[in-house]
Amino acid sequence: MVEIAVLLKQVPDTNAKIVVVNGRVDESAIASWVTSPYDEYAFEAALQHTEAAGGSVTAITLGPARADKVLKDAAALGVTKLVRIWQDDWQDLDSNQVQSALANAIKAAGADLVYCGKQSADRNQGSTGPGVAEILGAACITEVSESDSAGSYLRPTASGSERVTVSSPAVVTFTKTQHELRRPNVRGIMMAKRAQIEVVGGDVSASQVNFNGHSSPAQKPPGKTYQGSDSVPEVVGLLRDEAKVL
Amino acid sequence: MDITIIAETQGDNLHPVTSQLVGAATSLGASPTVLCAGGAGADAAAGIAGVGKVLSVVGDCFSTFDGGAWAAAFDAAAGAGVIIGAASAQGRDVVARIAARRGVPVVQDVVAISQGLTMTHPIYSGKAMQEVTIGGDCAVTLRSNTFPPAGDGGSAESATVQQSGDVKIAVQEAIAKASARLDVSDADIIISGGRGMGSPDNFEHLYSLSDKLGAAVGASRAAVDTWDEIPHSMQVGQTGKTVNPSLYIAVGISGAIQHLAGMRTSKYIVAINKDPEAPIFKIADYGIVSTWEEALPILGDEIAKIL
Repeated sequence: MVEIAVLLKQVPDTNAKIVVVNGRVDESAIASWVTSPYDEYAFEAALQHTEAAGGSVTAITLGPARADKVLKDAAALGVTKLVRIWQDDWQDLDSNQVQSALANAIKAAGADLVYCGKQSADRNQGSTGPGVAEILGAACITEVSESDSAGSYLRPTASGSERVTVSSPAVVTFTKTQHELRRPNVRGIMMAKRAQIEVVGGDVSASQVNFNGHSSPAQKPPGKTYQGSDSVPEVVGLLRDEAKVL
Repeated sequence: MDITIIAETQGDNLHPVTSQLVGAATSLGASPTVLCAGGAGADAAAGIAGVGKVLSVVGDCFSTFDGGAWAAAFDAAAGAGVIIGAASAQGRDVVARIAARRGVPVVQDVVAISQGLTMTHPIYSGKAMQEVTIGGDCAVTLRSNTFPPAGDGGSAESATVQQSGDVKIAVQEAIAKASARLDVSDADIIISGGRGMGSPDNFEHLYSLSDKLGAAVGASRAAVDTWDEIPHSMQVGQTGKTVNPSLYIAVGISGAIQHLAGMRTSKYIVAINKDPEAPIFKIADYGIVSTWEEALPILGDEIAKIL
């Protein structure tokens, strides 16, 4: 039997255009919000692990009311323990605040293992898994691409990869795995509609980070376009003499 | 400002990014202390200009990688102030844990840093940037190939400190890479193929070119999703790897927004695509409107001539 907490973050669809208005990413322009892709692989691994070993999954998200959708999506695949962490006065939480709020919810869930994506598709930081592990006094295996119910995990190394085991409690962060992500059936979708989400707040200490603003990335000056493969020698010459990269 | 740098290592050697970390620290007026895991790369680190001191942190935990154990050892060895590491997988893991141990904030993948600790880092894989200021102690990782390296000719004092942490991750089996090919994360030149390559077999043309250039071969998400032979480890983009090489050659890649997010900061971008309207041409420094079948053989010949 294993109790797994899965951390699911809601992010804009990775095909979405990101627009900055008045120094902030304009979230109102985002048409489609999804579960962060690496978190989906972590979730699938958790489902397979509990199906094989017994036990259950608690899905935890941190975010405003719109983030209920990632929990409903998890409910449609059979998860009944759903927790959303939020307080309406929260804005621009720093890494400590996020990690301590998540760690509290994980402790409350009584999880032996925590599965999450290696990083979110919005902030791209990769701090949450290791940071939560530190707070929990747990090990953290990062960028796992294969896992099994015996508790063995494959992680990359400079010379290839290695299979590791860990004693619980532990946090495991996932990159893309070979698992096909399952999709809910009609019964699951009906169940998700009735699913109960527990919303918890929490005390977070003051932020130590001043948020200054968002900006659009610097635009590259327009390049040159050449017609036809006859131009290849000229481009190679420019790469050598102008760009000096060859 | 007191800055402690966690050296990035490659086996027993110092990774070149370490000198970029030192360059960033000295630009803030610091004379940083460099911590070397298990003493790896300590001599090379002492030779980097501007380094104040090199500390070899030696303990049992450094025989394998366990971010928690390493963070405990480094945390004990490092003074207060700002911790700087590389934004590699291991660097991010260790630095995040040191921050959590100390209760200070962590900012990863920083691409600009200035005094008073105002920092910029990409979000949404570079579709936008975020700027933050941290007044007190913190932990930071820096993106590679972004900060100018410090020079050589340093002669910092070196010392060794015994410090370890509890290892909780047990390595059962090491598996060698299926191929000896360079990973896109480590490459200074990347040649990527998209679905326009027509079939995974045609990636052989990219491999042959990459062998000439010492380059890594990457792929678009469309290629990875379409062909089982193209593994996710090759994928460049928002749901793959974010890369920052000197030269990125995109072949048969149309330039979906999530691909551009992963490679747009490449210093020079060459695009080869038969569709003149392909979005990749908007960010290419040198665009060639051609089929890859026609362009690649000529590219191979021309490169062979000048190398």
